Amino acid sequence: MTDAPILPEREIEKARHPLAEAWEMFRRNHAAVAALIVLALIVLAAIFGPWIYPTDPFEMVWAPFSPPGADGFLLGTDYLGRDLMAALIHGARVSIVIGVAAALMSVLIGVTIGALAGFYRGWVEELLMRVTEFFQVLPTLLFSMVIVALFGASLPMITFAIGIVSWTAVARITRSEFLRIRQLEYVMASRASGTGNRKLMFSVILPNALPPIIVQAALMVGSAILFEAGLSFLGLTDPNVVSWGQVIGSNRQYILDASFTVTIPGVAIFVTVLAISLVGDGLNDALNPKLRQR
Amino acid sequence: MTFLQTLATRTFYALILLLAVLVLNFSMMHLAPGDVADTIAQSMGGADAEVLAQIRTDYGLDQPFLVQLGRYIGNVLQFDLGYSFFYNQPVTDLILSRLPATLLLAITAQLLALVVGVILGVYSARHPKGIASYFVTFLALFGYSAPVFWTGILLLIAFSLKIPLFPVAGMTDVTVEGGFWAHAADVARHMVLPVVTLSSIFLALYSRLSRATMMETLGSDYVRTAKAKGLSEREIVYKHALKNSLSPVITLAGLQFSAVISGAVLVETVFSWPGLGTLAFQSIIARDTPTILGILFFSALVVIVGNILTDLALRLVDPRVGR
Amino acid sequence: MAPLLKVENLRIELTTRKGVAPVIDDLSFELGAGESISFVGESGCGKSMTALGIMGLLPEKIGRIASGSITFNGEELTTASDKRMRDLRGNEISMIFQEPMTSLNPVYTVGEQIAEVLRAHQGLGRKAAWEQATELLDAVRIPNARGRVGDYPFQMSGGQRQRVMIAIALACKPRILIADEPTTALDVTVQAQIFDLLNDLRRQTGTAIIMITHDMGAVAEMAERMIVMYAGRNAEQGPVEQIIDHPRHPYTRGLISCVPHLMKVLTEERHTLTEVPGIVPSLSEFGRDQCLFASRCPQVTQQCLDKRPPEMAFADDQRSACWHAEDI
Repeated sequence: MTDAPILPEREIEKARHPLAEAWEMFRRNHAAVAALIVLALIVLAAIFGPWIYPTDPFEMVWAPFSPPGADGFLLGTDYLGRDLMAALIHGARVSIVIGVAAALMSVLIGVTIGALAGFYRGWVEELLMRVTEFFQVLPTLLFSMVIVALFGASLPMITFAIGIVSWTAVARITRSEFLRIRQLEYVMASRASGTGNRKLMFSVILPNALPPIIVQAALMVGSAILFEAGLSFLGLTDPNVVSWGQVIGSNRQYILDASFTVTIPGVAIFVTVLAISLVGDGLNDALNPKLRQR
Repeated sequence: MTFLQTLATRTFYALILLLAVLVLNFSMMHLAPGDVADTIAQSMGGADAEVLAQIRTDYGLDQPFLVQLGRYIGNVLQFDLGYSFFYNQPVTDLILSRLPATLLLAITAQLLALVVGVILGVYSARHPKGIASYFVTFLALFGYSAPVFWTGILLLIAFSLKIPLFPVAGMTDVTVEGGFWAHAADVARHMVLPVVTLSSIFLALYSRLSRATMMETLGSDYVRTAKAKGLSEREIVYKHALKNSLSPVITLAGLQFSAVISGAVLVETVFSWPGLGTLAFQSIIARDTPTILGILFFSALVVIVGNILTDLALRLVDPRVGR
Repeated sequence: MAPLLKVENLRIELTTRKGVAPVIDDLSFELGAGESISFVGESGCGKSMTALGIMGLLPEKIGRIASGSITFNGEELTTASDKRMRDLRGNEISMIFQEPMTSLNPVYTVGEQIAEVLRAHQGLGRKAAWEQATELLDAVRIPNARGRVGDYPFQMSGGQRQRVMIAIALACKPRILIADEPTTALDVTVQAQIFDLLNDLRRQTGTAIIMITHDMGAVAEMAERMIVMYAGRNAEQGPVEQIIDHPRHPYTRGLISCVPHLMKVLTEERHTLTEVPGIVPSLSEFGRDQCLFASRCPQVTQQCLDKRPPEMAFADDQRSACWHAEDI
């Protein structure tokens, strides 16, 4: 016999901090961990890149269409002889900042609308769900194209245009989570003991509804990046700031001469969004309680 | 509810939604800097304040917001979405001339994605460790992560420039002569790359979902019953499991109409497909506001009709829907 | 006369994450034509696995018949081809399940679900099959069968759905009907109706019935002979009345005492043994060379823990696998 306290295995697991347990589950998803590392590198490049690689992405530094590796330019030059490497590094900022900001905005709108609809039911729910349906009917990209075209292509306006069209999925998820959780015993008990509505919504129900919302939010960052790339591919972007989609859009007429000017920035978008979606998968494993019980 | 009742309720809601789209359209036009008068003045090559004021009176732009809104809605009810000064055409005519190309592209891409997605999903659900299953996983990741315009350009480089199998751009080749079938074949050849590009996003969604629902239904009690009846493998999979797996996939497809239109804008731009997407792209560059808003209205209409059709399709597959 | 179904030394293994476990371990029994037999035991004792084994429906890649034989009408089933098993299933041997709510396909009419068996096994055309489906619905006592044959399952109650399941199972006049907890999910009054229906149909058609249940009361109502199973093994088998009068296994006695009206004399014991304490051992313990009931048995001795008890035969074809069978 050893001196160790004899506890069933299950109780030892329960005693651990939930975040530690979530990390444990996340770590088991090797693809997600690798993606997290890649994502960290991209974010670092976006933050510090411009200092380490200070070449101006708008400056003509060499002859046009210099292939990758030649003449000292790692990724070559575009149709105006601008350094592609500089465009990628400086463009990462726009993609990531807009991606995160637009995702935050849509999560904020979506959670508010979904929470109110799921909590109050009745006419509030009816009205809010009709509003959600209205936003689902408008083709997202077209709607944000219209906003940007009418109100100007500044970065905040682009962020707004993406955020305002992307929140419906978050609202639907939040509402269904609220509908499910509001009738669980501990919410009933809390309600019976006189907890106010606001406290019930934000301190009792919302924390329990968060896991699927967090996973969705992570995926939203990815789709917002794709969204921004689409807009800037169409030329709807701040002309004074370089972004990945814009590089593809402005070079696409020249794919016969130099297809790398289009393929390389596309790989950057693809890898970033792929990394985000793999991390989202990992978060899903880590936060989804159904999977954890298996 | 009977079939007709459902249809009536849905149509009623659809009209309210469309009305809301009109109000939104008009408010945005009203809020945006610059108005029709500026546009007209621009196309005349500039005008002084007096002329501008005259134009504003002529077009009723000096009236209160609600009066203008009422007139706008009244006009739309008469199929008048305004006049495009850039194209020198009524917006409705302009859009109707481009709509068929977009519908052809969007519907073909949706159908292709649905059919191939369900086939892939069913196959990989039956062979979870097989190569098809890995392909679905790969496809799901690629379809979600790759920007659709980039996918399009890659296909263009590969199958049009490097290996000249398909035309680079457009919908028809003016040099093609012959009857209806010769032209149909020509359009089909032009369609291949845009359709494949557009459906890649949705193929990923549908194959993944149908794999998941198919695996669930294959383990269900009624499939066990079907086995206990001594039915053949084919009947078990395609009659009993498949029909039950279809409704979630159809529901998802119905939610994608808006995304299909969005994707079509990018795909059409890449392949110069003469539909609403390229029209939207061009009129945004030209700052042709009436056309842009007209396109937004029409695409909302397309999405709403698509949603109603989805509901009807669901009723065919699942008798529980709507009872 | 040779029995209709003969199971000899059957061993079914399940592959679990922790290894291979014998969910059925050395089971033998016989079923005569038109006979009614019951499998009794708590859930997890392998009753359903036996049924699925006979049907050839063990979960793919997880369950398999490791040894022993199942002969139906003289034909070996453990080595029969898939095609042959399909011909038998739903035709010669059919089965109904515990959950009538989910066992019918929600997107087809009940008529279609009955008619489909007739088309598959009897070669009937669409119209004839539909006509016979209506008659079968009437035979399982669904009122206004002609009006309801086009209904979908969601338009029927649980009891009615189970009747539809019975109609499907009996459509081809099978020699054997396996009923796996057919009434567990139903109301008590509906339970009695289903039992009556099954008994009447058995009398009319001569179909032998294997009923799987955990309810001794149901056994007394339905079966002529019973097999008490515990942890994948045969604990005791014999004629129902004989066993209820004189159980020769402590587990059987425990099960009987759970159902008060079965006990002819309410003994003192009634008060102390209203249920069998403890739970069925986990799958990983199934293969051990000991009496698996030992951990819950009031009469356990060292012998029970050391060696698996063999089956001992008693009068009236009663057999018990307990070291202390003679003393009980």
